[in-house]
Amino acid sequence: MKFLVCIKHVPDTETKVAVHADGKRLDPQAVTQWGASPYDEYALEQALRFREAASEGDVVVVCAGPQACKTTLRTALATGADRAILIDDDRLEAAESLTRAKVLAAVIARQQPDIVLLGKYGVGTDEGSTAPMLAELMDWPHVAAISSLTLDGQSFTASRAVEGAVEIHEGTLPAVFSCDKGLNDPRLPSLRGIMQSKKKPLETLTPGELGLADDELDGSKLSWDAFALPPARPSGRLIEGDPETAARELVRLLHEEAKVL
Amino acid sequence: MSATILVFAECRDGEFKRSSHEAIGVARRIADACGGSVGVVVLGARAAAAGASLAAHGADRVLACNDETLDLYQGQAYAATLAAVVDQESAELMIVAASAMGKDVAARLAARLESALACDLTEIDWTPEGGLRGTRPVYSGKALASVSVPGGTRTVATLRPNTFPLPAVDAGRQVTIETIACALDTTTLRVRTVRVEIPEKQELDVAEASIIVSGGRGLKEAANFSLVRELADVLGGAVGASRAVVDAGWIPHAHQVGQTGKVVSPQLYIACGISGAIQHLAGMSTSGTIVAINKDPEASIFKVANYGIVGDLFEILPALTKAVRAHMS
Repeated sequence: MKFLVCIKHVPDTETKVAVHADGKRLDPQAVTQWGASPYDEYALEQALRFREAASEGDVVVVCAGPQACKTTLRTALATGADRAILIDDDRLEAAESLTRAKVLAAVIARQQPDIVLLGKYGVGTDEGSTAPMLAELMDWPHVAAISSLTLDGQSFTASRAVEGAVEIHEGTLPAVFSCDKGLNDPRLPSLRGIMQSKKKPLETLTPGELGLADDELDGSKLSWDAFALPPARPSGRLIEGDPETAARELVRLLHEEAKVL
Repeated sequence: MSATILVFAECRDGEFKRSSHEAIGVARRIADACGGSVGVVVLGARAAAAGASLAAHGADRVLACNDETLDLYQGQAYAATLAAVVDQESAELMIVAASAMGKDVAARLAARLESALACDLTEIDWTPEGGLRGTRPVYSGKALASVSVPGGTRTVATLRPNTFPLPAVDAGRQVTIETIACALDTTTLRVRTVRVEIPEKQELDVAEASIIVSGGRGLKEAANFSLVRELADVLGGAVGASRAVVDAGWIPHAHQVGQTGKVVSPQLYIACGISGAIQHLAGMSTSGTIVAINKDPEASIFKVANYGIVGDLFEILPALTKAVRAHMS
């Protein structure tokens, strides 16, 4: 069975976001550490587990963005993926979701995996649009933000948490799944894996080689016009006194001043 | 320019979510400003009957697909049916609440329509040229982005729940109910939502709560979450948690607030024994009022708190639960 895992190269979640002086973008200088979006680690882990359970299979990791994505792909190879594909184009990093989905769909069409896995959303845009979009573009089934997935031949059962409930989905492969935290417990790359990863294939393709025209990459329908940091919160007040007194004073303030009780 | 503004209203067992009412309120505001009308799409066996109630919230028309195979969320069929309505109505804008279902169907719909997709908006305006202007958080709220779509571009917009006001209810409003067909043969779907499991003891979800009490490492061990839970119970709020304690297995991931958990914006957020890592602050710093209880006066959580108590939460939490109970009675 063939697994394709889509990985997004994003700033580490420890990053303190800053706005560029021109106000039109975030300041890349503020980002010291990049890596796979955290949810993508559950996607990769799930592919590795399926491959291990079947004692056969091919796990391909794909990233769309600038050359710097290669380090993120190498980490995925070190973690256990068999080979990697970089769709190399600086414009893809900030491209709108549908453009990125089209690029990834072109890779899926070429690679013909049985299962596409990705994180439930990419840190930054926090949208979770890619899985449903890929499925629509491919005319495949999808289940987003899964917390469990079992396979039985070409059939699958997946569950996903929705507000206060769990949806159970059944379907047939090929299909796209986006993965939520809790699906599994992702492994870290081993020293041996890191050594091996250097010899594993990492192919670089351009959107053009995948048949995507330049105007598709440039023609964003949604534009990101400006960025700002959220307004600072008013400075707070410390409540003094023994626990009983402080608790009573807090309740009074929440009732009379903040009017939330 | 007169326009049809469409809304997809999420219906479960004949009831609509608050976030769907919020979306209809936004559509009403835009329609009134541009002289347009509001059409609300409802899917499922009881669509028409349930949809009638939406008149009072601001719908001019309800487009109902009374199909029992759509009672549960079927992404392919939902997206295909919504796309057919957008085409039929030549609608420029489809508004959807950014719930679990809404986010999912909106993305599938945008791909099907080749439209613009503006996600998770916390502000939305319609320009005189028929374009969209909006604001949306990025990086879990670490920054805010202004986005726009030019006039004449079909757009699917999702709205962050609990952000927009509920529309004023006007019981005298009239609505026309029209029947639409499901655009796909649902017997051919290759994936199907077969059932929805609702836990026996249903807990309030942090994403939908107006009061959240969250616990972190300062609780020392899993069993001490009972102190947080008791306070949440007397307040009628939900229980939240920091990433550290979720990773430690003290409480399920559904409770996690922050960058790899849920981004929340309740009226009141009480952080107990949470130091305030940047990922946590990103997920809750737009809350109305924030209370921090922590023994470390230097903890970052105090920088975003309206009210802080420095001290031992094992003494403060029981005292606070007691004081709230006394206040309520």
